[in-house]
Amino acid sequence: MSSPVYVAGLGVISAIGNNVAENLAALKNGKAGMAEITYLKTKYEHEIPAAEVKFSNEELAEKTGFATHISRTALLSSIAAKEALDDSGVKKIDGLRIGFISANTVGGMDKSEHFYEDFLKDDQTGDLLDVLNHGCGNITELVADQLGINSYVTTISTACSSSANAIFFGARLIRAGILDAVVAGGSDAFTRFTLNGFNTLMILDREFCKPFDEDRKGLNLGEGAGYLVLVSDKVAQQLDKELYGKLSGYDNSNDAYHQTATSPEGDGPYMAMQGALKRAGLQPSDISYINLHGTGTPNNDQSEGTAVMRLFDGNYPPMSSTKSFTGHTLGASGGIEAVFSLLALKHGLVFPNLRFETQMKELPFVPQTELLTDQPINHVLSNSFGFGGNCSSLIFSKV
Amino acid sequence: MKLYIQSASAISPQHTFGDVPLLAETIVYDMPRLAAIEPDYRPFLDPKLSRRMSRVIKMGVAAARDCLQQAGLVLPDAIITGTAYGCVEDTNVFLTRIIEQEEEMLPPTAFIQSTHNTVAAQIALMLQCHAYNNTFVHKTFSFESALMDAAMLFTEQEASTILVGGIDEITDANYTIFNRFDTYKKGAFTSTDLYQSNTPGTIAGEGAAFFVLTNEPSAKNIAGLDAFQTFYKPIDIQQAIVDFLTAQSVQLSAIDLIISGKNGDAETDKPLDQLENGLFKNNRITHYKHLCGEYPTASSFALWMATNVVKNGSFINDNAPVKKVLICTHYQNKYWSLMLVSAC
Repeated sequence: MSSPVYVAGLGVISAIGNNVAENLAALKNGKAGMAEITYLKTKYEHEIPAAEVKFSNEELAEKTGFATHISRTALLSSIAAKEALDDSGVKKIDGLRIGFISANTVGGMDKSEHFYEDFLKDDQTGDLLDVLNHGCGNITELVADQLGINSYVTTISTACSSSANAIFFGARLIRAGILDAVVAGGSDAFTRFTLNGFNTLMILDREFCKPFDEDRKGLNLGEGAGYLVLVSDKVAQQLDKELYGKLSGYDNSNDAYHQTATSPEGDGPYMAMQGALKRAGLQPSDISYINLHGTGTPNNDQSEGTAVMRLFDGNYPPMSSTKSFTGHTLGASGGIEAVFSLLALKHGLVFPNLRFETQMKELPFVPQTELLTDQPINHVLSNSFGFGGNCSSLIFSKV
Repeated sequence: MKLYIQSASAISPQHTFGDVPLLAETIVYDMPRLAAIEPDYRPFLDPKLSRRMSRVIKMGVAAARDCLQQAGLVLPDAIITGTAYGCVEDTNVFLTRIIEQEEEMLPPTAFIQSTHNTVAAQIALMLQCHAYNNTFVHKTFSFESALMDAAMLFTEQEASTILVGGIDEITDANYTIFNRFDTYKKGAFTSTDLYQSNTPGTIAGEGAAFFVLTNEPSAKNIAGLDAFQTFYKPIDIQQAIVDFLTAQSVQLSAIDLIISGKNGDAETDKPLDQLENGLFKNNRITHYKHLCGEYPTASSFALWMATNVVKNGSFINDNAPVKKVLICTHYQNKYWSLMLVSAC
């Protein structure tokens, strides 16, 4: 690939912590974020566990300076994006062209759900403030305006691969010379819309999820936001700080198999991982850790596992699904897991795949179940696959 | 980088789809809501599939497939869509059921088809196309973001043909909600008088417009997309336009037609009125939002129109040659978009 794009800042909020330090501590301590549903009002509150961010909307509004009618998706986005931006130090350099490329899938759905309860009874009722920022792009714009970023702002929505696509779209804008720095990642709030949607597909585990386990029963939904600050070579030199790594490879391929299921051979996942390796100029044996998509559904883990088996062909690096900590944060997952991948790279860690017990019959490997420390981690592969066959993989490498 | 358009296909509130003369007759609407004229989908969609699809998916997939057929292309190197609203009808159906059925006994189909990437995904599925597939959902810049992605893929030598489209639908529920924000005109109304109304509000529209883009010059190309640029809350749009043209070494006098994006809202049409009466005063000007209505990806309709005008070499009912078209459009004076289209 042409000029390198470096990672200068990280920001994350999830069920396991409200910032990077808290998330890292929980990952090291094996502390998962799932619990009985506490903040979302739903009839499933005692029946289906979820990984909620441990703040009410009022508390999040207070922390972000947004009004309480603003969607939780924007509140979560604001916290993580601001952390990443502050961490990077790019705001200290005058005259930089900074972009904000953010992903989400639910937009302001949490507020629209509230609006619709009244609207369905009488279409002239319902608080319009609740739908003012329904669109996915509105969420991005609210946060971009708050951060004072305007050189290039856009929103990507490709289901569960959304943030991964946002991250490498951001990197390409830097490489094209359009931006000097970009805050890229995504956010999604836990909503009744997604809870009921995944419930109708019968892929929600009633217990805490067990990715890559023979007896896995499905996923747990989570919520949160994760962002990287990507910078050009020139900005990296001006920053005078230790960089987290560089984005060395990426790929977006389509499985073209089914609207919601992934192919049994894992064609899309295979092509995404293979494409990312090719762009990075790396071999499968160069990968030190795979942060799996690993939702815990029978379909995903079988498909992704098969793709890993085909590509790595007997030479398997340690791998784990950190969704066993955070739940599946949908449009945010690629961003949150990119942050975790960079933490693995920086601190020489492999995070455990929690609650794994039994090896999947069709796979010749098992995920890493204990934390590994002091590892020589040079290249981390992060997978994000979604509805519509949208499969994306990213590779982060040591500087 | 200069891009070329190999084919363009649009489903809109006018007769634009299939082998029809360019906007030969204008369909007049007396309601501030323009509905897309849906074609017979059978040549493009399996009826079994089609029955389960919402309008926006059908419009998108049909326009995409027609566009590929026109270009004689089986598999593009990338599929990129822009849609601000996404699959709102399916979203509305599922949300309504969650509330009315109190989260019980919900069928999954509406949820499955509610994600914003559904149209791009369905195109990939039908074509069995494993290539790059992306969807931008950024308000009025959704289509322009898709164009930006395409332009970069060409520069990166990742693609030589890309299918790009803009799709949005207006639903009953959304129309009602936007109306409560006073987005649309009230009272008696005729779409052809849109720009003389001098009243607040615009008209709702919808549609799907797809393009096969390439970066390679060829006799097959029907138009060139010389440049495009967006401006968020510009401080001086006139200067931005001048700079945009200067960067392309194009004089305003060389522009044969300006497609202006007024939408009939008296207040927010003012900046375009000023340009039309000032900077563009010596140019021929036409409008498009009385034809397709206002919607976030309406600029894709304008690009379809510009493409066909330069392909034909003249504007509707007029013999004066048109080789260069500038699309100058905005929404709420916040989202400005410029596109420069030229004959090949």
